[in-house]
Amino acid sequence: MSRSAAMLIMGVFTLYFLTPIWWLLTTSTKTGGEITSTAPLWFTADSLGTFFGNLGRLFTYGDGLFGRWLLNSALYAGVGALIGTIIAAMCGYALAKYEFRGREAIFNIVLSGVLVPATALALPLFLIFSRVELTNTMWAVFLPSLVSPFGVYLARIYAAASVPGELLEAARLDGSGEIRTFFTVSTRLMAPALVTIFLFQFVAIWNNFFLPLIMLRDQALFPVTLGLYAWNSQISQIPELRSLVIVGALVSILPLIIAFLALQRFWSSGLGAGGVK
Amino acid sequence: MTVISTPAEAPKVPAAPRKNRSSGAQRRAVALFIAPFGLLFLAFYAIPIIYAIVQSLLTVEREGTFGKPRQVFGGFVQYEQVFQNTAFWESVGRVLLFGVVQVPIMLGLALLFALLLDSPLLKGKKFFRLAFFAPYAVPGVIAAIMWGFLYSPSLSPFGAVTSNIDFLSGNLVLWAIANIVTWVYVGYNMLIIYSSLLAIPTEIYEAARLDGASNLQIAWRIKIPLVIPAIILTAVFSIIGTLQLLAEPQTLRSFSSAINSTFTPNLAVYTTASVPNYNLAAAFSVVLALATFILSFIFLKSTQRKVSQ
Repeated sequence: MSRSAAMLIMGVFTLYFLTPIWWLLTTSTKTGGEITSTAPLWFTADSLGTFFGNLGRLFTYGDGLFGRWLLNSALYAGVGALIGTIIAAMCGYALAKYEFRGREAIFNIVLSGVLVPATALALPLFLIFSRVELTNTMWAVFLPSLVSPFGVYLARIYAAASVPGELLEAARLDGSGEIRTFFTVSTRLMAPALVTIFLFQFVAIWNNFFLPLIMLRDQALFPVTLGLYAWNSQISQIPELRSLVIVGALVSILPLIIAFLALQRFWSSGLGAGGVK
Repeated sequence: MTVISTPAEAPKVPAAPRKNRSSGAQRRAVALFIAPFGLLFLAFYAIPIIYAIVQSLLTVEREGTFGKPRQVFGGFVQYEQVFQNTAFWESVGRVLLFGVVQVPIMLGLALLFALLLDSPLLKGKKFFRLAFFAPYAVPGVIAAIMWGFLYSPSLSPFGAVTSNIDFLSGNLVLWAIANIVTWVYVGYNMLIIYSSLLAIPTEIYEAARLDGASNLQIAWRIKIPLVIPAIILTAVFSIIGTLQLLAEPQTLRSFSSAINSTFTPNLAVYTTASVPNYNLAAAFSVVLALATFILSFIFLKSTQRKVSQ
């Protein structure tokens, strides 16, 4: 294949991937009427002003629900992924670096957990949570998000390859306890894998739709995706929501894009761990 | 990275440090490391699965038409209903058709992009990598809302196309969803394949080049066979994703009347659960989880055999 053919293919697909996001950006700078009446992929004369106007309405509509949703998402995904990563790393590390009875059995159970679709779990979880009256609380979305079998799988593979047994022996000879060695030495060696696990769990929780959809009734508890979904389904009754949904969609994808850009160095090196089998 | 440079070793987890004596401190540490995940896994994976199976075997009985409902053991009554439910099986057929078309296209594109990124032909690799990966940061719901507008004749920037072809109608809407899913996940799969391409030691290419192999031959004979494990991984996740389809069709329902309440198996589960008929919904969930499991497993086993041959 020639150089120009390769560049052409990549160029065409760049348009495919970026045009929708570009459209979201330009359309966020328009009033409801301008969306249909002006050039769809370009700005208007008063784009900046309209954009801030839209942004203001977005954050004030319905007593500032949107800001609340963003915070909820940050809490569910940020705190959930942070705790989930530590828990998964500990388990994967133990499975990789210690020999004990039932090790393979545990690993196989966790692996089969990777294959269980999250949506198949959502309904039984709802039934269980409604028994203990935890539905329509933050816990109902937060607690199940802490479990990441894929995180354990990644942590195990990565710990096996990047934490040398000799180092652990040396730490033992120096009198360091197992737990301390894990948190001070091993986690440092596993850093790229930890960032990868964190990011993927963050995305999984941020994107999770079914669980909050069936667990939550109170709009104040919604994550941002469910909130925008709710607004979007009301557009036919409340047309003014249309521009709010569009600018809200733009605002809601910024945190993930920023997180990916900021942590790129780590996850792009840790990503290989999952693909190598 | 160590992992990347030693792909062959990665799966076999090396034996734990040899101990002459199994120290009590170590055993306590293992228990402490595993307990938090173990408990959460039990509470939010194992127990819900068991609970779903139990619920699926129960049935609701009423004393008279308006009597108090009570749950009794119903054996496979719910499963009989599942198998007689044509809407559910139509939805299963729909997502299978979807998967058979969408997954190969998506993974084919991901592989092509990964090979191009890994080839000497391309300039600005970092830019392409980020541009192609960017949609992965867009949640399914948001992607569906966005594309829903892009497909709508009145709003779309591609009015010339959308006023002639209604992507939100009848059978086309399934492929409109396929496009959204492809758009979101191609870059993610591309990166997984690309990282495992980076893990191949470059000496192999030099040797092949000395033997007179072209770039195309190197890609076809060396690179693709070596990244097959990564492709299998992405394929398994894509199969799981296909059978789980929910956010995109559910969101597009506000744009398209062609999506009914049982368009995908998960939508059928959701609809059944909101009736509410929890026992039947639980049976749907169990069948669906089992189907996903079996499909992924068959795929893993059949491809592994091929790889080892």
